Amino acid sequence: MKIHLPNSAFLGNIDSFLRGFDPSSPDTLEITSNQSWISIHPVVLSMVAALGLTVRPEQIRFQKPEARSAHYLVRMKLFDRLQIPCDISIQEHAPEGRFIPITQIRSSDELTTFITEMIPLLHKEPEQAKTIGYIVSELVRNVLEHADTEIGAVLCAQYYKKTNRICIGIADTGLGIKTTIARSHAANTDLDAIRLALWPGITGTTSKPGGTEQNAGAGLFFIKAIADVNRDFFAIYSGSGFYKLLKKKSERLRLNADPFEDRHSKSTQFPYWKGTVVGVDITLDQTREFSILLDAIRRAYWDLKMKKMEHKKPRFL
Amino acid sequence: MKKINIFEKVGAFAENKDIGRDIRIKEILPALKKGEEVVLDFKNVETATQSFVHSLISDVLRTHKDNALDRMAFKSCNDTVKKMIGIVVDYMQDAMDTNQS
Repeated sequence: MKIHLPNSAFLGNIDSFLRGFDPSSPDTLEITSNQSWISIHPVVLSMVAALGLTVRPEQIRFQKPEARSAHYLVRMKLFDRLQIPCDISIQEHAPEGRFIPITQIRSSDELTTFITEMIPLLHKEPEQAKTIGYIVSELVRNVLEHADTEIGAVLCAQYYKKTNRICIGIADTGLGIKTTIARSHAANTDLDAIRLALWPGITGTTSKPGGTEQNAGAGLFFIKAIADVNRDFFAIYSGSGFYKLLKKKSERLRLNADPFEDRHSKSTQFPYWKGTVVGVDITLDQTREFSILLDAIRRAYWDLKMKKMEHKKPRFL
Repeated sequence: MKKINIFEKVGAFAENKDIGRDIRIKEILPALKKGEEVVLDFKNVETATQSFVHSLISDVLRTHKDNALDRMAFKSCNDTVKKMIGIVVDYMQDAMDTNQS
């Protein structure tokens, strides 16, 4: 496999970075980088680390990055995760409030511990912390439940002070969305499967409406809804399929069940990624209250209903 | 009446659906089976994920149908938690209607 860390790769311009990934020869990994400057979204680091965890450290060849910004790779613990030596020396600063280094999560309890410890470290407002914790929890649980990989989920995040934005990237090298969704629904391509996975109420665990007792098929829809309502980017890549929610221009709060009705870009012909990758941006200035988001989600479910009948309400004491 | 303190089991951020499943299987369903009323107390819970609420109550609604909402109540929920419970209750009832028709 070959992967190149470019001069710039954020969700808005990530397509060319992904197209440059070479998945051939899965027993080896060759990493190169732009020698002048590297400025990359955390999802790029999560992908490189996830790939690295599938090969033996001695099969990883990392061309020494010469860019001054390469210290970022060290700070984010890329070399530690890949278990390869690195002679770039940096002055360690505590990551509190600025970034979450590359972290591997393999179990439900590890995730709970991570969230309990991570959210306070980000020093964000309670509403923002809720949103960030929500995204991490739902995305990592998806990996733990559906990806069927011992490596688990690989994630990292970065806060950008200038734009007051948090970028989160989660990657796995498991079954991929098509394999999981196709257990219960017809999906001819990876992109078809991504579309179904983003649709509320569709899960690979059953074709039954309402899902199973453990899965409702709503997790990814909620995450996309968070990005949509906040007018941020959301990208998902699995197999050869790629879908990117583009920034919404209006402040309209209406959510679409069909991701293809959102402002988006997509492709069915990206290099094959064995597993799933998700990247999300959250601009904190415009983070809407979580309860407003839930109102919008409820309306989206209402729009999906075949019969517009009122149901019994839960009793709140 | 069976009262279940959710905060004691999952903390302020209710996201661990494995624990949600355990509460459902070990406490909610057996109590309802015995004819008891169940109160899920969300005091001090700041957020609950959809996955957590789904694992906690979806199968209760499916098993006990509308009756579940007469015998199960949600106490001290903040606005976010109330809305999340509302969404799950609503889509589950819709799914059950669809399954019946």
